[in-house]
Parts: sequence; C-alpha cells; structure tokens
Amino acid sequence: MYQSKWRIFTNHTILVLGSLFMILPVWIAFASSTHTREYIFQNGLQFWPGGEFFTNYGAILFDAEATKGRVTALEMLFNSMVLGLGFAIGKVIISMMAAYAIVYFRFKLAVPLFWIIFSTLLLPLEVRIVPSYEVVANLGLLNSYTGLILPLIASATGTFFFRQFYRSVPDELLEAARLDGAGPLRFFIDILVPLSVTMIAAIFIIMFVVGWNQYLWPLLMTTDDQLYTIVIGIKQVYNSLYEGGQIPQFPKAFALTIMASVPPVLVVVIFQRMFIKGLVETEK
Amino acid sequence: MKRVQFEHSAVPYLFIAPQILIICIFFLWPAAQALYQSFLLEDAFGMSSQFVWFRNFEDVLSSSSWTRSAIFTVVFSVMVSVLSIAISLFLAVRADEVIRGAKSYKTLLMWGYAIAPPVAGLLGIMMFNPLMGDLYKAFNSFGFEFNHIENANDAAFIVILIAVWKQVSVNFIFFLSGLQGIPKSVQEAATLDCKSPERRFWTITFPLLAPTTFFLLVINLTYAFFETFGIIDVSTKGAPGGSTATLVYKVYVDGFLGADMGGSAAQSVLLMIMVSVLTVFQFRFIERKVHY
Repeated sequence: MYQSKWRIFTNHTILVLGSLFMILPVWIAFASSTHTREYIFQNGLQFWPGGEFFTNYGAILFDAEATKGRVTALEMLFNSMVLGLGFAIGKVIISMMAAYAIVYFRFKLAVPLFWIIFSTLLLPLEVRIVPSYEVVANLGLLNSYTGLILPLIASATGTFFFRQFYRSVPDELLEAARLDGAGPLRFFIDILVPLSVTMIAAIFIIMFVVGWNQYLWPLLMTTDDQLYTIVIGIKQVYNSLYEGGQIPQFPKAFALTIMASVPPVLVVVIFQRMFIKGLVETEK
Repeated sequence: MKRVQFEHSAVPYLFIAPQILIICIFFLWPAAQALYQSFLLEDAFGMSSQFVWFRNFEDVLSSSSWTRSAIFTVVFSVMVSVLSIAISLFLAVRADEVIRGAKSYKTLLMWGYAIAPPVAGLLGIMMFNPLMGDLYKAFNSFGFEFNHIENANDAAFIVILIAVWKQVSVNFIFFLSGLQGIPKSVQEAATLDCKSPERRFWTITFPLLAPTTFFLLVINLTYAFFETFGIIDVSTKGAPGGSTATLVYKVYVDGFLGADMGGSAAQSVLLMIMVSVLTVFQFRFIERKVHY
C-alpha cells in the first residue's frame, strides 16, 4: 500500500512517543530504586540507574524491616504466586465444568441455574465488599488462602468464555463419540479437554494476571501480615513512607513496585500471542 | 445451545455443583445481606438494629457527599473512557500502518495490561510528589500553581491521568486486532479512492471500528467505576475532602472505615442497580454480534 514519506515519519514519531508515555514512569521508578534514599531526597527522581541495586532489592527481598512489616518481599511474592495460580487454576476448572453442564446437557434446572451464574456478572465484588467480608468472617476463613481465593472465583466470567467456546465445537464430535459408546465423563476428559488446550492456556494467563493484581479483596481479608501479597505490601510501604521523621524510603518503595510488576508483565509479554487471542476472542 | 445433548439425570448437576455452591456462599448470600442491611439502621455500637424501610436510601440520596461523589464518578468515568479510547485508537491506527518495527511497537504498548492499579497509582503519585516529583516541579515552573494536595481539580487531574495511563494498553490491544480484522481488499479499495489518510480514517476505518469502540466504551466505564479503586486508594485516597472519591471508594470508606453499615449497604444496592443497567445494556449489544 502506498504511504508517503511524511506519513511514515509521523507514524514512527507518534508510536515512539506513545511507547515513551507508557514506559517512562516505570523506567524512572526503576532508576530511582537503585539509589540511596538520601540521594533521591536531595536530587529528586532519577533517570539513570545508580549503584544501589543489590543493596535495595536485597534488603526488601530478605529483610522484613525494609518492607515495614513482619514479612519480606520474598514471602509476599510467594503469597501473590499462590493467589495468582490458585485463582487461575480454580477458575479454569470450575468454569470448564459448569460450562460443560450448561452446553452439553438437557436437565431440569438448566435455565434457573444459568441465570444464577449470569447474575454474578451484574454485581462485581466491589459493590458487596462489606457483606462478603462478613460472610467470610462468619465462616472463619479470614486470613486464609481459601478465604482469599474462593470469593474471587464466584464471578462467572470464565464460565461464559468456555460456554462461547464449547458452542463453537462441531456437534458431529459428540455424535461420533456417542456412536463409539463414550459416556459424558469420557467425552469431557478425552475429547473436550484436549480440544480446549489453547483456550485453557489463554484464560489461564489472563486469570493469573487478574489474580496477581487483586487489591481490594486481599486488603480487607488479610489483617495478618503473613498473608500479604506484594500488591498489598506496596500500600503498606507507601503508607509508612513519612513515619518516624526519617528521610522517606522512596527507593525501596519503588523497588517493591518494580518487583510487583515484573512477574505479570513478563507473563503477558512472553505469552503475548496467546494472551491477546484469549483476551480479544473471549470478551467479544 | 447444542442440537445434540446428553440426557442424564445426575451428571450435569455434579458438573455444575462447584460453581453454584461458590456462588451461593460467596455471592448470593452477601448480596442478599447487602439488600437486607440497606433497610436496617444500627445503633452507634452495632448492638441492635431496626427495620427502617427506605430511610437509608433517602439519607444517602439526600446527602451532599454522596451526590458530589456521584457527580465526580460520572465525570471521571466519562473523561477516563473517552481519553483512553481516543489515545489508544490514535496509536493503534498508526501501529497498524507501520511495517518496520510493528511487533516491537505492539509489545511496547500492550504490556501495561499487567500493571496492577495500585502500582499505577503509586507510580503516578510519586511523579507528582512535592518533595521530588519532576512533574510537580515542571508544572509549577510553567506557573500553573499546581497543588493536588489542596486543589480538588488538580487532584482529579492526577487520578484521571493515572487511570488513562493504565487503560490505554487494553484498548490498544482491542483496536489493533479490530484494525487487523478489516479485510485488505477494503483497505486497498479505500486507498485507491482516497489519498488522504485522515479522510480514509473517518469515512472507512472508523465506521468499521464502531462496534469495537462501543464495546470498549462499556468496558472502560466499568473499569472506571470499579477497578480504579486501587489507583485512588494509593494516590489521593479521595482527598482533598472526598473530592476524588468514586462511589465504590465511598462504599469502602463509609462501610469499613466509618462503620456505617446501613448507609454503606444502601450505597452498595444503588451501585448494584447502576451496574446491572450497564451490564444488561452491554449484553443486549453483544448478543446482536455486530463486529467485522
């Protein structure tokens, strides 16, 4: 296709500026996280990295004092990993099963149950946080991984993704399977699950990132430091920046921010293709 | 639904049971409780409560702080949606045109999806930190007298900027794949008929992208309503004086920090109604399946 030289030039200029708009805040945060706090306090944010990379990152990874609590960033990363993986795995399994029942079976309560599942899309967790908190407290699940993960799985987004997908699977497969004498369980495990592998992977990636980045729910749920995820740790460090009349620990706050972002960003960039496919096809 | 289905009595219930169980415990129960609590008035110590019909709703709707928060939420949501959609559409059109470096640009512009809202909030507010933030100094050196700690508009500006920054990448991904879905033959025909890229965009490309844009508008409004909680909680915390608190943030502040259960529940129910309307709207649209 014909493109004028000027158009090509402006295209690249605009895209470079757009990329800088996205990257600069993160880069500046990274560069500033590798200086001493005195240096940042006197000279402001930095564009070039300094020499304190290992000192600052080592401190927050292994020393609970640096993260202003009783847990190190390493433990927070572990908690985030449990939340991200638990959320993704739980969501994929539960929604695959529910979608299978809805699409492949004729049963009495199909319609009302479908509407119950649909209704969860109407009310995100954010609008019912107080009663949700009370329910989880009544069940004695505060400060536990179960209480952290299960309520988040209640929303049915995943079920709808799989429902869409199953409906695009040709009917002939089921007919053939039945002719060969396969029961519902066989068909699910031997045919449908292997067929859905790409779909599972795409949804898994999206859900991992969504789970990792959860904020409001873990904030309410985890009063015990031991269960802090790294995203919650950020708030804690930020809140205690100006405590005690000391020079604010900006570099370590930045270091924690960078560490909270690296895992999900890597996942999204490495599995870019699958991730975009999953995002665009399922949300339509 | 499928033409061919299994006819089985127990199996479908076993498959659907885990989902329904979780929904009942962690969704229907709390939602019902929110509805119930919104009709109750608790005394100051939370010891007893009485049924007061719609009084909580009347109190909420007539309180100036709720009205102000509602107005802020609407303005905020519209600004965030429109700005982030406009910026990412602009970038996506250019990224779709380039040949050299197309992949790198795509990667450079899409990774922001993975950034958690509170992380974005922290990065943004640090750039505007009066002690060291370069943007704060830059604005003031131009003579703006920028002060987000006292000035409500300046604080709103920061929250909007952060929320837009965080959302550009999602919109970019959708627009780019929408653009790449437009058949090459259509694009070539358009190029033959019309030399100006701007006119081509407004007469051909944009109408073809309209369904994507509309879909993204709903997604962005939902995002601005709910997912910006983390941004606000880490950046302005609703300050100064609740002027940057969205409705969701206010539910949290009143219910958790202020312990006004009835009022918070009434706010939740009002929010539920708003979201339901938005979601039904979205589904009616999506069921129609207009995309190219």
